[in-house]
Formats: sequence, structure tokens, C-alpha cells
Amino acid sequence: MNSGGNPVLTLAWTFGLMSLFAVGGANSAIPEMHRVTVDVQHWLSDKQFADMFAISQMSPGPNVLIVTLIGYSVAGLAGALVATISMCVPTAVLAYGVSRLLTRSSRSCWPAIIQAALVPLSIGLMGASGLILALASDRTWTAALVTAVAAMLASTTRLNPFWVLLAGGCAGFAGFVG
Amino acid sequence: MPPSLIALFLAFAKMSLAGFGGVLVFARRAIVDQHRWMTADEFNETFALCHFLPGPNIVNLSVVFGSRFRGILGGVAAFAGLVGPPVVVVIVLAALYARFGEVEALRRILSGVSCAAVGLLLSVVFRMMMPLIRKRDVVGLVVLAAVFVAIGVLRLPLPAVLLVAIPLSVAITLAMRRRAAA
Repeated sequence: MNSGGNPVLTLAWTFGLMSLFAVGGANSAIPEMHRVTVDVQHWLSDKQFADMFAISQMSPGPNVLIVTLIGYSVAGLAGALVATISMCVPTAVLAYGVSRLLTRSSRSCWPAIIQAALVPLSIGLMGASGLILALASDRTWTAALVTAVAAMLASTTRLNPFWVLLAGGCAGFAGFVG
Repeated sequence: MPPSLIALFLAFAKMSLAGFGGVLVFARRAIVDQHRWMTADEFNETFALCHFLPGPNIVNLSVVFGSRFRGILGGVAAFAGLVGPPVVVVIVLAALYARFGEVEALRRILSGVSCAAVGLLLSVVFRMMMPLIRKRDVVGLVVLAAVFVAIGVLRLPLPAVLLVAIPLSVAITLAMRRRAAA
């Protein structure tokens, strides 16, 4: 557990463990990423964390790549690669093992029960992600308004998320967010 | 004929680079409609498995999918295709951010984008909550609220919370099913 202050080792340990606890996907682990990188290790400020979430949402590929951004800012290229691999490989190995087990063994009811039990947990975690990111990003009431409008547009229309993010960026550039 | 390692790598690289704001839709389109490597039911079943396992779902999906056709190497090829190319893009963005992150215009733009991104996330949370509300699943909503408070408000460490919450939630689910069946 003691990584001797080497940030690359701390990244490997932190994200390797987090990988196995990210119930429901990468967005469920946002609160834990924030807790470790902002509150415990003081690697990033609140604003930097929110920026990295924004960049990861704007870039192609799976959402998990926010850890690549965090890793880069902590320890450069090595940090980026180590954080990405640590976040992906433990759970990928687990998924491989479980999928082999399930195709071999007879039909069991356990996967369905565990899945049903995990649904409320993963929604609670994603809600917490929303809260923590809102506190980090929405520092003015106009910023909160942008968030509310984006949530409404995404819930009520089938608009591509890209346009919502672009509109948010334009509002920010215009100085609306403050 | 099962796809070759190169075909797996290329297919996942393509869906990943196209997959802006979540790769799942593109994965379904490529695997089920375009290449016909799986039926829609097989795809849903595989995704359900990957969704109940921890970690990034789509990463799990790439490994499970690839290994089903070409063993471990197939899993590695699909994973490398999914993660490799976008990681290069993101590292370039990270370097740009490290260099220009303090530029005022960029700061403002990113603030706006992150506000909108939070809104998108919230809409996903609402959409996922609706079935629980519609079913009047009080127990599920209480578990949801408890996890939300523990993680979002009290900021407790994730492993500690889940080591309590998962066994508890499984026990509750099991008890409810027994009662419903009795």
C-alpha cells in the first residue's frame, strides 16, 4: 500500500484497485477519482478535475480515458500509460475469467441476482459523480443554468451529445459561465 | 468464419474513434449490423455480463468479445484496438492542456463544456432512475440514496462503501425474490 512517494506507483495502485470497484462503469468511479486526486493526493485542483472530465467527454473513445488525462498531469507520458493500463487490465482479466466460467457452467440464477442488486448501487454512484462534478463546475448560477439546460436537452431530445457540449463551450467562450 | 486478429483490432479501433460520447452504440452497430459477428440477443447477453462486472463496460466487452473468437490473443487485439488509438489522441490533448490550460479563452471554453458535460451525465442518471421510480421500487431507491449520500456527500472511500453495500444489496434482493416467490 505504501508506494514510497513515487507518483507512478501510486497511480498504478490507485487505479488498479479502483478498476475492480467501478460498479457500473467508469463514470461510477468519478467520485473516487476526485477523492484521491483532489482531496487526498492534491494532484489536481477542482477546476483541473472538471476540465479533465470535459476533455474526456469531448474526445473519442471510451469515457474511462479521463484516467489517461489524470495520469499525464501527474507523471507525464509514463503516468498516462500506467494509469490507463491499471484502470483497464484488472477488470479485463476478471471479465475474461468470468465469461469463460459462465459459458462452461450450467445456467445459474446468481448473475441475474447480482446484476439486479448492483443496479441501484451504480445509479447512486453516478448520481454522486454528477453532484461532485456539478460542485466543481457550476460555480455561478449561470453555470448551473447551462448544466440544467444541457440535462433537459439530453433528456427530452435525441440531439447528439456533441452539439450539447459544443453549445456549452460556446456559452463558456462568450463569458456566460463566468 | 471468425474474424482475424487484425480484423478485430481494426473494427474496435474504428468504433472507438467514431464513438464520441460513449462507444456502445457504435459497437452494437459494427458487431451486429455491419459485420454480423453476433446476433442482437448474443450482443445483449454479452453486454449484460460486462455491465455487471466492475470497470469500464466497453473495455470488458472488447476483451470478452475478442476472446470468444480468437482466445486470449483475440481479447488483446480487440482491447488494443479499442483503447490504443484514442489513448494517443487523449495524450496529445493532455499535453496541449498542460501547455495551454491556463490560457484565458481555453479556460472559459472548458468551463462551459464541463457544465454541459455534467448536464449530460445527470440526464443519464435520471434516465436510469426512471424504471425504479415507475416500479415503485422503494428498497432500490433507498439503497440508491444511501450510496449517493455515502459517496457524494460524506465522501467516504469507494471500496469501504461497496464492501458494505454490495453484500447488503444482494441479501435484500435475494430476500425480496424469496418473498415474491413464496
